[in-house]
Amino acid sequence: MSTTLLVVQTLNGLQFGILLFLIAAGLTLVFGVMDFVNLAHGVQYMIGAYLAATFTALTGNFLWGLLLALPTALVVGIILEVLVFRHLYERDHLSQVLATFGVILFLNEAVKLIWGAAPLGVPVPEMLSGNVVLMDGVLYPVYRLVIIGAGLAVALLLYFGVNHTRVGMLVRAGASNPRMVSALGVNIGRLFMIVFGFGAMLAGFAGIMVAPILSVEPGMGDNLLILAMVVIVIGGIGSIRGAFIAALLIGLVDTLGRSFFGDLLRLFMPAATASQTGRAIAPMLIYILMAAVLFFRPAGLFPARR
Amino acid sequence: MRGLKKVLLSAVAFAALGGVAQAAPAEKVKIGLVTTLTGPSAVLGQQIRDGFLLSVQQNGGKIGGIEAEVIVVDDEQKPDVAVNRVRGLIERDKVDFVVGPVFSNIAVAMFKPVVQSETFFISPNSGTSNFAGRDCSPYYFVTSYQNDQMHGVLGKHAQNEGLKRVVLMVPNYQAGKDSVAGFKRHYEGEIVDEIYTSLGQLDFSAELARIAALQPDALFTFMPGGMGVNLTKQFRQAGLADKVKFLSAFTVDETTLPAQRDDAVGFFGGANWAPDFDNEQSKAFVAAYEAAFDNVPGTYAMQAFDAAQLLDSAVRGVGGDLSDKDAVRAALMKADFPSLRGEFTFNHNGYPIQDFYLVKAAKREDGKYQTEIVEKIFDDYADDYAGQCRLGS
Amino acid sequence: MNEAVIPSAALPKGPFGLRRNLLPAVLFLAFALAPLAVAFGADPFFQSILIRIMIFAIAAISLDLILGFGGMVSLGHAAFIGIGAYAVGILASHGIEEAHVQLPITLAVASLFALVTGAISLRTKGVYFIMITLAFAQMIMFFATSLSAYGGDDGLTIWTRSQVFGSDILGNRTIFYYVTFAVMLGCYLLCRAMVVSRFGRVLRGSKENPVRMEAIGFSPYRFQLAAYVIAGMMCSLAGFLLANQAEFVSPAYMSWQRSGELLIMVILGGLGSLHGAVIGAAALLLLEEGLAGFTEHWKIILGPLLVLVALFLRQGILGLLTGKKNND
Repeated sequence: MSTTLLVVQTLNGLQFGILLFLIAAGLTLVFGVMDFVNLAHGVQYMIGAYLAATFTALTGNFLWGLLLALPTALVVGIILEVLVFRHLYERDHLSQVLATFGVILFLNEAVKLIWGAAPLGVPVPEMLSGNVVLMDGVLYPVYRLVIIGAGLAVALLLYFGVNHTRVGMLVRAGASNPRMVSALGVNIGRLFMIVFGFGAMLAGFAGIMVAPILSVEPGMGDNLLILAMVVIVIGGIGSIRGAFIAALLIGLVDTLGRSFFGDLLRLFMPAATASQTGRAIAPMLIYILMAAVLFFRPAGLFPARR
Repeated sequence: MRGLKKVLLSAVAFAALGGVAQAAPAEKVKIGLVTTLTGPSAVLGQQIRDGFLLSVQQNGGKIGGIEAEVIVVDDEQKPDVAVNRVRGLIERDKVDFVVGPVFSNIAVAMFKPVVQSETFFISPNSGTSNFAGRDCSPYYFVTSYQNDQMHGVLGKHAQNEGLKRVVLMVPNYQAGKDSVAGFKRHYEGEIVDEIYTSLGQLDFSAELARIAALQPDALFTFMPGGMGVNLTKQFRQAGLADKVKFLSAFTVDETTLPAQRDDAVGFFGGANWAPDFDNEQSKAFVAAYEAAFDNVPGTYAMQAFDAAQLLDSAVRGVGGDLSDKDAVRAALMKADFPSLRGEFTFNHNGYPIQDFYLVKAAKREDGKYQTEIVEKIFDDYADDYAGQCRLGS
Repeated sequence: MNEAVIPSAALPKGPFGLRRNLLPAVLFLAFALAPLAVAFGADPFFQSILIRIMIFAIAAISLDLILGFGGMVSLGHAAFIGIGAYAVGILASHGIEEAHVQLPITLAVASLFALVTGAISLRTKGVYFIMITLAFAQMIMFFATSLSAYGGDDGLTIWTRSQVFGSDILGNRTIFYYVTFAVMLGCYLLCRAMVVSRFGRVLRGSKENPVRMEAIGFSPYRFQLAAYVIAGMMCSLAGFLLANQAEFVSPAYMSWQRSGELLIMVILGGLGSLHGAVIGAAALLLLEEGLAGFTEHWKIILGPLLVLVALFLRQGILGLLTGKKNND
């Protein structure tokens, strides 16, 4: 029983990690290439989820919802870029923090005005709603496997895009030496808009994909934003590879920690104390991990700059 | 410089305005309604506000025949903000009654300033154990329940049904631990595992896998708000709904059902009322509420409506003279109003004595979702802490 | 050239320059005289709002010390508010209500926490520093949540305010007002004195050019750590006062949103001036109070306001007041 549980939990951790990666990828690009602290990245994830809920309800089909919500999320991202963010690239991090914090307040409240305060739900698409038998007596929801698959596909696409296309080359160059890129006569404004819009769309994609398993509610992006920040800091800012590995690491540590940390402690101390300490420490684990990583590698696991 | 002065000046003006607006008590009843209107749990606060104001509106904007002024205040679900705002209500607006809040931790924070100022404090939702027992106050009245009771309903039901193995899963915070205690008080079977999740957790896949491995007869859980929506959806998706009975408190109700929809249908909860409750005033209330706000009222709205009715009866009972606190208290204690849940009386600690039911989520014919009463679990149930309360009766 | 090594140009020549001191003088005078308005008939509740503003101003001043002068962007500063508040709450629940016992313990715990977390955090720079301070704040918040003997997540009511040699004078609102005012003024003056001292110049030098500071023989690390510990202790005083004002402590005091609000206060008011932090605290809390009384959707107004400040006022509200548009 214990091994099957371990398998399922590992899959769950993987799925959570993939989700974090989708959000963190855009964040780390925007951060690395444009040196822009975008706290509003979490609300873009929320908007993706709300758009998915609306379009799915309108069309009655999750796939149509996905196809309509994705470009809309991109448009919302670009509107935000044009209206607010592009005026802040030259400014210090703290002005960016203030402005993007203002955007969070605005969009969280706007969502509540438009869609109401009550959480919304999106049904799991019919054809993906079953379970698969992984091994004897172990069931796993198909939809979660789909999330893992979609996330891995996006990761591959990103890897290819960043390493083998011209825009990708500029992005890599921008992450390691932004001044040089603009000195070489590249239209940096357009590059930034593309990167930003793409990042917003990735966050939106994450929101769309989780809409059928999580409740869609105002403020749902705030806590995930913090987790995504943890991911990109552990991975090293600007590094897609780092974000991918760190996201999986966080997903696995959090999921496995929550279910097995208490059991692990039981080896060293009496059961009651173990479960109590386990409960107190389990939510801290990812922060302990981050502090430890930064203690030994102050610029994350895969620093992009220098 | 000018900007700063303006800010300060407008603050003074803002403060002074509140001070001028006070009137003689008999001409106007002032009520401060503290509730959560921002953040992820705003929907609960809205139900409380809407339920309360609906009753006042039905009485022609009056409480006890006297013109009522209801000042609605958002606590932002932050305890120190709530303390500050409620002090404003008491000191600046000089309210006669404070009604609120949604959450227990906010109530704990507000308790001292309200009760010490000898203002009557009516709670339409949270009912913590300490204010029912040891720290009870003659100024504190609860129109909802003592928190443990809602959990106890499910414990008792599990016991009655002879369910042998149960897994408990609650968020790792005080209300979660109280919930476990409430369930255990009435359940004597085997508790296979107690799972504590982190507060605000989104994904329960890890815990559900564990539950699937344990194969219990039932799961008892307490996951308010968005957590409950996520859990029910994931519980259904994990294929557990057919194997494990889903018992819950504050997890499947009218505020979460619009998001849970079919995923929660057939899941059980405990409550002191449900929208299909069979009496005249309740039916009229549900119809009026749905017409006005286009959603199904839950216990939150019902308890707030009853709180307004309670105030109405008390103000009427003292003939509008709110200066004699003892008389007002006696009038409140009578609970002389047609409660939506039928029988309703106060215990000596200001907490209700009422019936509790097992409820089940269902889809109505018009496509909306609501909880419906299955059976009565407790008759005239007084809370278990009243004995520790020294208030004379 | 030398000035770039140890910059002193950012501050005007003498510490008593009129133009520079006029604004803070008026600001603090306004706070000192505000209770008079109450005596002349203004609503007493106004005083409560001001107390709350001053408490957060203390926290914001301490954050400005490390942020505006040391370049340390901490997203975990609210942890110290929590430490101060919990010191009062936990001690009071054990019947230790004397301020002269509570205060040293508060400061000792805060300095210890600042020393340990600061020593580790300062190994990192920039965004990594932001996130590691956040991590420590989250850890202590989860720790407070797990303290079920002290209310856990629900928090803890403080039944008696801190006693001053056996008397309950902090229960008197006007006295509490002036105690808070004195702490705020004291913190402000202490920080002012520090930033113009050699210590402060090294601190600012470390922010602007750490390599050069190292080259001329100063270890930025030690100076930054010292500033971090001092700021942490100051902020714990704000927590001490907040616990006494709200008569309640809760893990919510330490949430990252709270730390974020402190950052917003400092940036909104105007970075690196100390009194800008006071203005920022006042502006944010008054806006919140005023707008919330106006509509329940007040955040939809506050959000764009903050965006506008970020876009058009480079020095925050302070820039607007002094007419300086750009001080980069």
